[in-house]
Amino acid sequence: MNVPPEKMLAMYRMMNLIRRFELRASELFRDGRFPGWIHVCVGQEASVTGACFALRPDDYICPTHRGHGQSLAKGIPPERMMAELFGKKTGTNLGRGGSMHLCDMEKGILCGVAILGDGLPMAAGAAMSAKLAGNGRVALGFFGEGASNEGIVHETMNLAALWDLPVVFFCESNQYAELSHRSAHLKVDTVAARAAGYGMPGVTVDGNDVLEVLQATSDAVGRARSGKGPTLIESVTCRLHGHYEGDPQVYRVPGDIDEWRKKDPIARLEEKLMKEGVLDAKSKETVIGEVDRTIAFAVEFAEKSPYPAPEEALELVYA
Amino acid sequence: MREIKFWRAFQEGLSEEMRRDPAILYFGEDAGGNVGGPFALAKGLQDEFGEKRVYDTPDSEAGYVGLAIGLAATGYRPVVDISFMDFTLVAIDQIVNMAAKLRYMSGGAPKALPLVIHTMAGGGRRAGAQHSQSLEAWFAHIPGLKVIAPSNPHDLKGALKSALRDDNPVIVMKHKAILGMKGEVPEGEFTVPLGKAFVKREGTDATIVAVSHMVNVSLQAAAKLQEEGISVEIVDPLSLSPLDRETIVASVRKTGRLVTVHEAWSPCGMGAEIGAVVFEECFDFLQAPLVRVASSFNPFPYSPGMEDFTIPGVPRIVEGVRKVLES
Ligand SMILES: Cc1ncc(C[n+]2csc(CCOP(=O)(O)OP(=O)(O)O)c2C)c(N)n1
Repeated sequence: MNVPPEKMLAMYRMMNLIRRFELRASELFRDGRFPGWIHVCVGQEASVTGACFALRPDDYICPTHRGHGQSLAKGIPPERMMAELFGKKTGTNLGRGGSMHLCDMEKGILCGVAILGDGLPMAAGAAMSAKLAGNGRVALGFFGEGASNEGIVHETMNLAALWDLPVVFFCESNQYAELSHRSAHLKVDTVAARAAGYGMPGVTVDGNDVLEVLQATSDAVGRARSGKGPTLIESVTCRLHGHYEGDPQVYRVPGDIDEWRKKDPIARLEEKLMKEGVLDAKSKETVIGEVDRTIAFAVEFAEKSPYPAPEEALELVYA
Repeated sequence: MREIKFWRAFQEGLSEEMRRDPAILYFGEDAGGNVGGPFALAKGLQDEFGEKRVYDTPDSEAGYVGLAIGLAATGYRPVVDISFMDFTLVAIDQIVNMAAKLRYMSGGAPKALPLVIHTMAGGGRRAGAQHSQSLEAWFAHIPGLKVIAPSNPHDLKGALKSALRDDNPVIVMKHKAILGMKGEVPEGEFTVPLGKAFVKREGTDATIVAVSHMVNVSLQAAAKLQEEGISVEIVDPLSLSPLDRETIVASVRKTGRLVTVHEAWSPCGMGAEIGAVVFEECFDFLQAPLVRVASSFNPFPYSPGMEDFTIPGVPRIVEGVRKVLES
């Protein structure tokens, strides 16, 4: 795929933003600066970036409970997302949603869903809405290989294929579903193999190679936009942190983090960009500096923002 | 007497019963190996009972609940963990349309449908709208299901053992806030019967009937009211279905005033049901209209201040009792 250098640089910047945002969020959470729990996507930066950079700004995505990277890559303002993690009034969800339910309709981010698989029918519905309106938009629904075993996923894929809906089912196979290795829950080697059963193409890509993810997703988006229906993409990657921050990870396959670190998606893109002369030590420093300033601003914004008034809980229940 | 934690009481009850009865099988997401599920309630279970009795299931709640129904219909006694009560809705069709009525609509064959579904409910953890709900009323509405909501380690262990010996589907609702709660639990064998309510505190001025963890919060409220000389009786139904009407009615006959307290929402909730029971059976004894204390009528918000506003605490219960004493 011939990707212009500016786009590669933009993806490099985004992947760094996601990584550093997640590490910062992890620290802040550990220090008790915001409550609840968070599921970070360290290690999956190429997967989410490649997926979202194949989309138009007005296309839709539906994030999962592990949705920070998915949402950042689709353009959620980092400071409003951080404010949401803090439970502030200025957060993307006005403090009502938290980490698992990120939403920004202006950016086409439909709303993070924490019931496994439940985001996919919503994505298919948004795709159908685009098809009916004839506005050329597509929808991309994120899910994990764990969620792939929910009944709703099966029903949605059949419907979407049957009605040629412009939707991309994007499975991040990050090796673990909650506290179990994928081998404990899946008989097939690839989730993508299931696509045949619904009558749609299924592809498996190296989820740590952002260009491969971008290529496969662009193909799927192209198919969707031209009326040829859905595609199932399985992006094989690994989450390098626990299921949630603080997870002791006793279930982890020994040594797998070291193995996967060798395939670090950011280092891989960086090496390529350096080799091709798109990036050098100096411009790298600029990118990292910029990213860190963005995150520092996001944290400051979140901290300075007010909490919603307690009784605001009663608002927004009905339209 | 020795004290153990709520989670430990669950583990003890479950493993004692599995030792006693080889027909008990266990299913749950991440239940295998050294993990034992997201709340570690089945930790060590597979080591002791092996892979033929303890299963780590895929994320397929409708599928494995349905499968457990098939096992129950053919001689096994499956126990299913649905980690969060919010996810029981993914399997609700199997629970309501299959488990609850299989015996009835088949004319009594299979003879038994022994199935225990245990699940964590409740808010306060800043877990948001899809990980905080208390959905007991959904199940208590259905004939053929039993629903229990133990509020302390003793009742959990004893009622869980009864549930595991019962021939009907039983939903065991546990509140996240009391996983680490310590309480007295006897060393030896004991059970707590299903279908029986317990008076957790005697009093004369008003009756509180509270559900699950709200029993504990109500006990705190009662202690506070006692300082002002107000004497509150607290009834813990423990079994939400079948409901022990007698114990509730006896208490309200004595005090003449009823406050219901639960974390689920008010409309069509257990408070409405308990109020109706009292209305039906001891209307003449009532000295004041019923007061219902429940979560405010909104999905659970993430932000701490809003979530604390949503869930009833001691002040709202105290206020509820004061209100019922006014008239
Ligand atoms: C219906 C439902 N069942 C169970 C859960 C609990 N749960 C949260 S995340 C998770 C594992 C998800 O694995 P996967 O879909 O692969 O996504 P990942 O967490 O790896 O990103 C489980 C079982 C849930 N949120 N919803």
